[in-house]
Amino acid sequence: MSDIAIELRGIDKSFGLVHANKDINLTVRKGTIHGIIGENGAGKSTLMSILYGFYQADSGDILVGGNKVTIKDPNAAISSGIGMVHQHFMLVENFTVLENVMLGAEDSQILNTSISKARVELKRLEKEYALEVNPDALIEELPVGLQQRVEILKALYRKADILILDEPTGVLTPPEADHLFRILGQLKDQGKTIIFITHKLREIMAITDEVSVMRRGEMVATRKTKDTSVEELAELMVGRRVLLRVDKGEANPGAVKLAVENLTVRDSRGVTMVDNVSFNLRAGEIVGIAGVAGNGQSELLEAISGIRRAVSGTVLLNGKPIDVTGHADPGDLRNRGLAHVPEDRHHVGLVLKFDEAENGILGYHNDKRYLNGVFLDTKAIQVDAEEKIKKYDIRPPNPRLKTANFSGGNQQKIVLAREMERGPDVLIIGQPTRGVDVGAIEFIHKRIIEMRDQGKAVLLVSVELDEIRALSDRIIVMFAGRVVGERDPDATEGELGLLMAGVEGRKEAAE
Amino acid sequence: MEFFHTIVAILESTIRVSVPLIFAALAGLFTERAGVFDIGLEGKMLGAAFAAGAVAAVTGSVLMGLLAAILISVLLSLVHGYASITQRGSQIVSGVAINFIVAGSTVILGEAWFRQGGRTPALDADARFQTVTFPFADAVKDVPIFGPIYSNLLSGHFILTYVAFLLVPFSWWVLYRTRFGLRLRAVGENPGAVDTAGISVIWLRYRAVICCGILCGFAGAYLSLAMSAGFVKGMTAGKGYIALAALIFAKWRPFNIMMACLLFGFLDALAIRLQGNPLPFIGQVPVQLMQALPYILTVILLAGFIGKAVPPKAGGVPYVKER
Repeated sequence: MSDIAIELRGIDKSFGLVHANKDINLTVRKGTIHGIIGENGAGKSTLMSILYGFYQADSGDILVGGNKVTIKDPNAAISSGIGMVHQHFMLVENFTVLENVMLGAEDSQILNTSISKARVELKRLEKEYALEVNPDALIEELPVGLQQRVEILKALYRKADILILDEPTGVLTPPEADHLFRILGQLKDQGKTIIFITHKLREIMAITDEVSVMRRGEMVATRKTKDTSVEELAELMVGRRVLLRVDKGEANPGAVKLAVENLTVRDSRGVTMVDNVSFNLRAGEIVGIAGVAGNGQSELLEAISGIRRAVSGTVLLNGKPIDVTGHADPGDLRNRGLAHVPEDRHHVGLVLKFDEAENGILGYHNDKRYLNGVFLDTKAIQVDAEEKIKKYDIRPPNPRLKTANFSGGNQQKIVLAREMERGPDVLIIGQPTRGVDVGAIEFIHKRIIEMRDQGKAVLLVSVELDEIRALSDRIIVMFAGRVVGERDPDATEGELGLLMAGVEGRKEAAE
Repeated sequence: MEFFHTIVAILESTIRVSVPLIFAALAGLFTERAGVFDIGLEGKMLGAAFAAGAVAAVTGSVLMGLLAAILISVLLSLVHGYASITQRGSQIVSGVAINFIVAGSTVILGEAWFRQGGRTPALDADARFQTVTFPFADAVKDVPIFGPIYSNLLSGHFILTYVAFLLVPFSWWVLYRTRFGLRLRAVGENPGAVDTAGISVIWLRYRAVICCGILCGFAGAYLSLAMSAGFVKGMTAGKGYIALAALIFAKWRPFNIMMACLLFGFLDALAIRLQGNPLPFIGQVPVQLMQALPYILTVILLAGFIGKAVPPKAGGVPYVKER
């Protein structure tokens, strides 16, 4: 019995009508890395929140080291030896590393003594686990990879034996992720138990010993990692066979549809986010822009689609200039054949309180076919919505349903249907599959390839390197606002990873 | 020498009018650093001033007046806390509501109880704060330079005045040198970090709001028991808003707050002094301009001309556990 770190028995949790966890059983062995994989909304995060005391299960037992425990709040989890590294770091950005590490675990009312004790303990931990970080650095000045290290140190400082990592690689560059994996391997060697939550199959195969698959609130299988395969796990996650590779033929590039020249964009703080970027986009090709989030891709998309004013540069759409440095009008751009699927569908792409049919015409609501004089032609809108629902398999198939009530994948399909069905010349897509389940990803990828094959020009921005590699005909890598390289889609992940981390780019720029 | 005495007189009244600002701005510091914005400083101060005036008039005890001021102010803070922390309502709406309710109800209650047009009865010396005279203040009065500074500027203020200025380093010590302060600042920046560290966000924010109530109680008591001899309707006259401006102007830092309050107090004292006394070359300076200056300075600051005022990141946002 002593080799079991955590055992969950019959955990059940509902939020109103949503049954998030159904009778979950899970056994995690001591000193192993146990992966938990599942699509968005499969209930992984809920389960881990129960384990960390954020929520209480409606029924079921939690056993830590063979003893039944009640985890009523994070404090109880911490004293049971459970630590968590959250997907969105729980750090105070204008505090130092030391202050963050000891927050909540200070051992006296007056800080001075706590600080000196914490400093000694932190030094010891750094040495023991080779997790160097300057204890007096401010969090906001540290790169993301180091911030994550602080989160891990926070858990170790609280004497955690069981570490839960929730989607830890989402914000990391590939080299940073590799480094994290090395750290996790080392923690395992020192006897810690690690629960690793992700939706990325590759990561599961790379570092876990065992893997449990969740689907729609249920634990559907647990496998030894060495006895399973990516294909089997994908099938278990989705509940049917999925094509992980996208089948696509040779690209057949035609005339230049979108020409970006020397575009420079600053953000609201005045920081240059896009720095003198130039590229062409041709009919019948998909150009992917790879990069770690926050390296200017968002601002680039916003400038081209007329949402954000650029500082300088020109953009030609079908040979005619877009007034990117002045008052480019997104509505006007739509009429000129530029469709835009924004990165953030909740804030930019959709009005969540509107129903499906209303969102289906957003931005095109002045179009004659949706109008009856000065009024909206509700019947035409309804018919239009039903067609799109059918063609894009939007579920539930109810045009009157509030958009907030659709799942992430179906919300994304609503946006895609709206933008793609207009037959634009140029399609700009940001993060097409963020927060979208595997089944829908397959569908969305197919539709994007279809657009290309119809001779449309597609500009794709994604932080998922796999997605960029699978879809693109050419890959442009951005780092710190600059284009640091262009590669074929068969470039290795390592090569692209170095570019994304700004390592190769600097060399290339220097040459 | 005449000029020197004028300066000392202006500085002395600067200190006098700065005290309620310092109390109120420090009150705002505690709650806003914990992430609860409070536009209701004005209302709390006014409610406290009324409670102090009423209770001191009835009991004849200055201490009872002060306690009543703190009690009422803390209760109003808890109302604000309940609306904005527990019920996750809009902190601005709650604060504004408190200002209105207090402005109206102090007059109604005052009239109902004392029938003096919304005032409380004028207080005897016993029911007010007395000024403190430093040792030898009279003896050194006529020593040039040092004399006026010691006996007029430093000595001869109310005990609450000294309390206010001592509270500045004390607040700094609490916020930056105690566990409570560390957690309080953390909860105003990222309540998620506090919650996952196993500390109750709600209880922590309530404690911050109670601190705010206590300090506003001092501010109100100073107005009706020290500066004046009783409560007069609307006697805060926008001091709560000036304190809020000082808090922002000071970038939410204790020592900056003291300087900002002294600056705004100085402008106020100058405005009173300049009334009816035209300046050489410039002529008559409109009082209204002087009174507007604190706000104008704050707006200029917020527009980014004098450094940058970055408010606590989680300020104004009720905490909801994610997912």
